[in-house]
Amino acid sequence: MRKLLFQNLLRLPLTVAAPPPSATALAELAAKVDQSARRRLGRSLAIREVDAGSCNGCELEIHALNNPFYDLERFGFHFVASPRHADVLLVTGPVTANMREGLERTYRATPDPKWVVAVGDCGRDGGVFAGSYACVGGVSAVIPVDLHISGCPPNPMQLLEGLLALLQVA
Amino acid sequence: MSVGAKLSEVLAAGQPVADHHPWPRTLATAEIWQELLQGLAGGAWTLLGLWGEPSMVHLALIDADGVLGVASLPCPDGRFPSVGRRHPPAQRLERSIADLLGLQAIDAPDVRPWLDHGRWPVTHPLGTASGSPRALAPYTFLPTEGESLHQIPVGPVHAGIIEPGHFRFTANGEAVVRLEERLGYVHKGIETLLSGLSIEQAARLVGRVSGDSTVAYALAFARAVEAATVTVIPERAHWLRALMAELERLANHCGDIGAICNDAAFALMLAHCSLLRERVLRVSATCFGHRLLMDGIVPGGVKLDLAPEAIPAVRELISEFRRRFPPLVDLYDNTASLQNRTVSTGFVRPTLIKQFGCGGVIGRAGGRAFDARRQPGYPPYDQLEFVPPLLTDSDVNARIWVRIHEVEQSLALIEQILQGLPTGAVNVEIQRSGEICEGMALVEGFRGDVMVWLRLNADGTVARCHPRDPSWFQWPLLEAAIENNIVADFPLCNKSFNCSYSGHDL
Repeated sequence: MRKLLFQNLLRLPLTVAAPPPSATALAELAAKVDQSARRRLGRSLAIREVDAGSCNGCELEIHALNNPFYDLERFGFHFVASPRHADVLLVTGPVTANMREGLERTYRATPDPKWVVAVGDCGRDGGVFAGSYACVGGVSAVIPVDLHISGCPPNPMQLLEGLLALLQVA
Repeated sequence: MSVGAKLSEVLAAGQPVADHHPWPRTLATAEIWQELLQGLAGGAWTLLGLWGEPSMVHLALIDADGVLGVASLPCPDGRFPSVGRRHPPAQRLERSIADLLGLQAIDAPDVRPWLDHGRWPVTHPLGTASGSPRALAPYTFLPTEGESLHQIPVGPVHAGIIEPGHFRFTANGEAVVRLEERLGYVHKGIETLLSGLSIEQAARLVGRVSGDSTVAYALAFARAVEAATVTVIPERAHWLRALMAELERLANHCGDIGAICNDAAFALMLAHCSLLRERVLRVSATCFGHRLLMDGIVPGGVKLDLAPEAIPAVRELISEFRRRFPPLVDLYDNTASLQNRTVSTGFVRPTLIKQFGCGGVIGRAGGRAFDARRQPGYPPYDQLEFVPPLLTDSDVNARIWVRIHEVEQSLALIEQILQGLPTGAVNVEIQRSGEICEGMALVEGFRGDVMVWLRLNADGTVARCHPRDPSWFQWPLLEAAIENNIVADFPLCNKSFNCSYSGHDL
């Protein structure tokens, strides 16, 4: 183990350069985010991920944000275990009828000020599952959404671009 | 049933259904049904699937020789003799049939709803689909009795970046006395959505039943369509499909090995394994244009041929694995504090694994050698050399080791694939016969055997499609694995199983 750790000290980091924040995400956010919220939250945001019915593809790419290449924590984002600790809800899936209450309760358990980011094509409008009896169809049908990040699933760079836009809005 | 009767003989007694490929489907009489249940209960064959249509239930089975068959029992009065009564692995499948179709299993040991939480706007969506939610009493968990027991409810929203489901622990101090799962939270109504779709649309949807197994699902769906329509695809397509399947296995096993160790608070493994996983995803994107390889496999072949820069990228990936993976295996093997957490934790009795027909890593870590690539088998694996690893300790440690061996094996398989990759076209048009036809397929995903059964309409659209995730026969064993372990070891056990919620809930 010492050898591995030592090698890591000598090797150059794998981490990719930060992408510019997504212009479309900035435009969507500019209209929504309150100046005072921005001041109070600063540049450190706690994220609570909520799977509201995804196929788990989005979860895989959200996980990848924590790997050494994307290293989300360098920007001040970190994933937390409870909505009580969260500033941002990162919601995936077409919101199944069976998860609707779980999502609503999680939202209510998150203290203000808070942002909701809907991830993936399903989170936008239900994606391939739109129209099913078992899906509500899009996160915004259940709770207010501040930012959508499209993709099936969005890759880590697209996720980073969207999340960085959250930090840029001032 | 006479001793030693064969599945094919029992099925042959019924009326065969025409145009069902590649394995036979039989209309069963009540007597044949009972004989099949007896064989299931006696361990003569293994349950592969149980699903329904408005007035019929289908039972898919495989015997020890790898012979597959489907028996269909008409149930005009909406009832059928319970499979779960004789064979517990069928119970949740029967509860789902009751929820989705309204067909009742006679004398079923458990009649609580499973997928239906009383929140859909319809009752029996796959059956008569009456237009109002089902009025359901609050869900009752199984009783536990004894002194000093307490319950810990967990979920559906979990603490990590994982899918939702509810776990009800009953514990005595630290030790888990009983775990009961409640799933269905991510039920998306996929089977209902599939009916009426074109083959192309359906392939896209089936590829999203469980995102981490998108290659396995797309492959199973494509193979079922090709079986139904008797379409022969180019040889190169088979090999490219196998390349995708092994890349998917590699990526997921790396992720799992790291994540299991991380749940034992050994974050170093996660960091290094997630690095390897990321490399696989990037090479996948280079080869086929999508990091998770979604929509790469289509009925008729594969969507796109390899990009020109693909083969050098795959070779570089293999050599990177050969450099970086063995030190990680040594690290796992030589870290006593980590082994202390994984060895003997989460033991599942091999008899249960056999009874449940539990496939994938969990099966092969517990003495069940089943691998759909070998049996029933499909190209190009018949031309590739590999022996699925088999361990018998059936604990978290064994499940890690099977994954380690399968990573090594996938690397070797990818090398063989690059070596033997035939030239030529990569897809063909699906044959349209203008007749109703049925097909099924069983393929080995990273999690275990994925089954897809389907019927196509005369116009080529999907009449009915049933995808069955390996998790159906793995989730119940997690309840057994955690018994008498401490609550704090649940994440470790759960991660070593890594069952799919989405694939199960459909």
